[in-house]
Amino acid sequence: MSLIVSQLFSGVSIGAVLLLIALGLALTFGQMNVINMAHGEFIMAGAYTVYVLQQSISSAGASLLIALPVSFAVAGLMGILLEVLLIRRLYARPLDTLLVTWGVSLILQQAARDIFGAPNVQTRAPELLTGSVRITEDIVIASSRLFILGLALAAVAALTIVLKTTSLGRRIRAVVQNRDLAAVSGLATGRVDRLTFFIGSGLAGIAGVALTLIGPIGPAMGTNIIVNAFLVVVVGGIGQLKGTVIVAFVLGILQSMVEYTTTVSVASVIVFVAIVAFLQWRPQGLFTLRTRSLA
Amino acid sequence: MSPRVRALAGFGITAVLLFAVAPLLLGDFRLGLLAKYLCFAIVAVGIGLAWGRGGMLALGQGVFFGLGGYAMAMHLKLADAGPGNLPDFMTLYGQLDALPWWWVPFQNPIFALLATVLLPMTVALLLGLLIFRRRVRGAYFAILSQALAAAFAILLIGQQGTTGGTNGLTDIRGFFGYDLNDPVNRRMIYFIVAVALLAMLGITWQLMRSRYGELLVAVRDGEERVRFLGYDPANVKLVAYVVAAGMAGLAGALFVPAVGIISPALIGVVPSIEFVIGVAVGGRASLAGPALGAIAVAWAKTALSERVPSAWTYFEGLLFVLPIVFLPGGIASLVSLVRRRRAAAPPPAVDQRPPLVREGAA
Amino acid sequence: MTGLSVRDLRVVFDGFVAVGGVDLEVPEGDVRFVIGPNGAGKTTLVDAITGLVRATGHVAFDGQDLLGRKVHRIARLGIGRTFQTAAVFEELTVLQNLDIAAGWSRKPWSLLRTRRSIPAEVEKAMETVRLSAVRDQLAGTLAHGQKQWLEIGMLLVQDARLLLLDEPVAGMSQSERDATGDLLGELSRDRTVLVIEHDMDFLRRYARTVTVMHAGKVLSEGSVTEVQADPRVQEVYLGRGAS
Repeated sequence: MSLIVSQLFSGVSIGAVLLLIALGLALTFGQMNVINMAHGEFIMAGAYTVYVLQQSISSAGASLLIALPVSFAVAGLMGILLEVLLIRRLYARPLDTLLVTWGVSLILQQAARDIFGAPNVQTRAPELLTGSVRITEDIVIASSRLFILGLALAAVAALTIVLKTTSLGRRIRAVVQNRDLAAVSGLATGRVDRLTFFIGSGLAGIAGVALTLIGPIGPAMGTNIIVNAFLVVVVGGIGQLKGTVIVAFVLGILQSMVEYTTTVSVASVIVFVAIVAFLQWRPQGLFTLRTRSLA
Repeated sequence: MSPRVRALAGFGITAVLLFAVAPLLLGDFRLGLLAKYLCFAIVAVGIGLAWGRGGMLALGQGVFFGLGGYAMAMHLKLADAGPGNLPDFMTLYGQLDALPWWWVPFQNPIFALLATVLLPMTVALLLGLLIFRRRVRGAYFAILSQALAAAFAILLIGQQGTTGGTNGLTDIRGFFGYDLNDPVNRRMIYFIVAVALLAMLGITWQLMRSRYGELLVAVRDGEERVRFLGYDPANVKLVAYVVAAGMAGLAGALFVPAVGIISPALIGVVPSIEFVIGVAVGGRASLAGPALGAIAVAWAKTALSERVPSAWTYFEGLLFVLPIVFLPGGIASLVSLVRRRRAAAPPPAVDQRPPLVREGAA
Repeated sequence: MTGLSVRDLRVVFDGFVAVGGVDLEVPEGDVRFVIGPNGAGKTTLVDAITGLVRATGHVAFDGQDLLGRKVHRIARLGIGRTFQTAAVFEELTVLQNLDIAAGWSRKPWSLLRTRRSIPAEVEKAMETVRLSAVRDQLAGTLAHGQKQWLEIGMLLVQDARLLLLDEPVAGMSQSERDATGDLLGELSRDRTVLVIEHDMDFLRRYARTVTVMHAGKVLSEGSVTEVQADPRVQEVYLGRGAS
């Protein structure tokens, strides 16, 4: 029993990481239909921001707190730059965006290698987050994992509030639902696109900060997780956040359970098969906005 | 020149280049490299069909390349080891005392040869049936195919004892009785690869100019519209996807004797997306563009990374960015632009009259 | 029973009732115009008949049930449609567009061969819609009206018995409209034609019968004069349009 519970917690913690990464994608891919493969490198940029900050700030706790807004801004600005320079030319060609941003991700990875060196680097975690919390006799959870879970849920809450209550959120939803109509009604769709991209990419920066707590930082850290994060958004369904949230945790738990009963390598295949099977039932993902368009 | 004559002339020139010019000009080492590039070109021809004509951005072709490659390599490893013996890496890791059951049929050369092409085609057929019928397409399809590549590579890496893990299957010495260390036999492999490339170009040429090819373009540009004409677009896409998978499998199978190795590093997410870049540079919707683009990109990779390794990555990144943003039709679109300029005949007079009613519809 | 028969058709999108219980009988040889204000459910009605959206109720054509069948199966029963914005294959030539429309019943093997000669029905349709001179031109380069004729031409070679046309004359000049209207009359001889149209002048000249839809329901039905005289119609639609 406690074994199942501890696998469950491990799955929730995998899910929280997936959720943090996929949340930004839910905005850029889900709301704007842009497949940004450089999202993983924005995560990397967020992680290296922590590393750079720790060179001058000795307190690990302070540097982590400062890193959250700074990483958000760094990754967000990179996102705006990408949107303005390249993606804006490609809104009519979503598949080409995928390839172009893959090229950008290669360039960013190599830049990271040239600046920080090819080997992984380490950051210091604040003392508070290096220990673990004992839930019951046999269930122990690393406090860093709990922190990431809290961070992911906070990010979901913040994003929901922004989308539901602010005027920016209303404008984002207006552009998503009918770009032409929004433009005709006087919305500066270009500005809305840039802001959406800023927030989506900024969330990648936050995810990068979280990842420094559980693993090493390296140039290739983004590539390894980006494919799974995209799967979360695809299976969750686009245009709504709740699908992304649910699927991130379900996939995390599934992964953890299957890995426990088989091996990591077999689990990756089983999860893939499960996703294809799920899409037989819900080809548009868990939740979709139904429209009448012919596409 | 009619398109037919031009195509035949193109095939002729390509054959002369592949069978006479290249073997005369290139030394053994360079010819071996060219054989490797031609394998990539075969994959690219299939991607050109599926993506350029069919609109399916297949980001997991490495899986099919790998299935073909592993099927071939498993047989060659077994043949190298001799009857009754385990392949060297299995004895090295020392966990097995008998051949795993799924290795056994690959002792048979006919089975192995058929499997190199039929195995990838079967996997593509099953996956395609499941996802095309449920109308999973566009970005969803691209991401799923990429996830397949990721899962397959992780699976292979995890099964160290039976697949060679990260190292893959290496040190392949013989090819159906021919010693691959002998330069003469390596030249023979080159010729086999060249023949295969020409054959795949021929098949793709026929598919593109047939009624099926027209239908495939129609499905690419208006999948729903085609449905209203009585076709099931899933079947149309399935054919192109399965053919492309077969070509990738064949390329993987030929890659093994040409290069002597197959490993997860050649088939995961990164190599799979790299297969696409040559296609984009050369011209996704043309026949020769993908093959030439793949050869050019592979050559540039060897040339650049020999000198400045980091420069290659920047260059590759720019290859993904610049041609796709500024020249979506690839190099091939420049060629056809020049051709159209040269034949700048006035466009046919447009019939401005309204439709005939009395005579026509009766 | 020949012709189109629709009974109690309902289409609901996420709680929004787009079509709420429509009954419609269109006999063979009729040219039925369906009109109504924006959002009345006209296009959704056609979408439901052709299988694009899920619906409940009963739809039959020439005695064959349509609801629940897949889009391409419905098309194979001889039901063809056009779209509000002309949907032709822009990267293919006029000839290729028509050839594809003629071909769903071709054997797989013959699809893999090149077209050697132009099928008779394609040649004839090209003549009818006056596109023979531009047969080798890409459909994307055609003028707006020509694209709409190409779509009608595709219905002809498809040998559709029920033609569902969504605003076929939008954006056409007066002479083009007249020609299209005459063509519809000819086509209806041995076919059933249903036209969604906003153009009142076109309707008065070419409609045989009219169905008026409002808020997902049939408001009125009859000849042009009958419908025009119906006070309810004047209130919601013609009244404003005619004044």
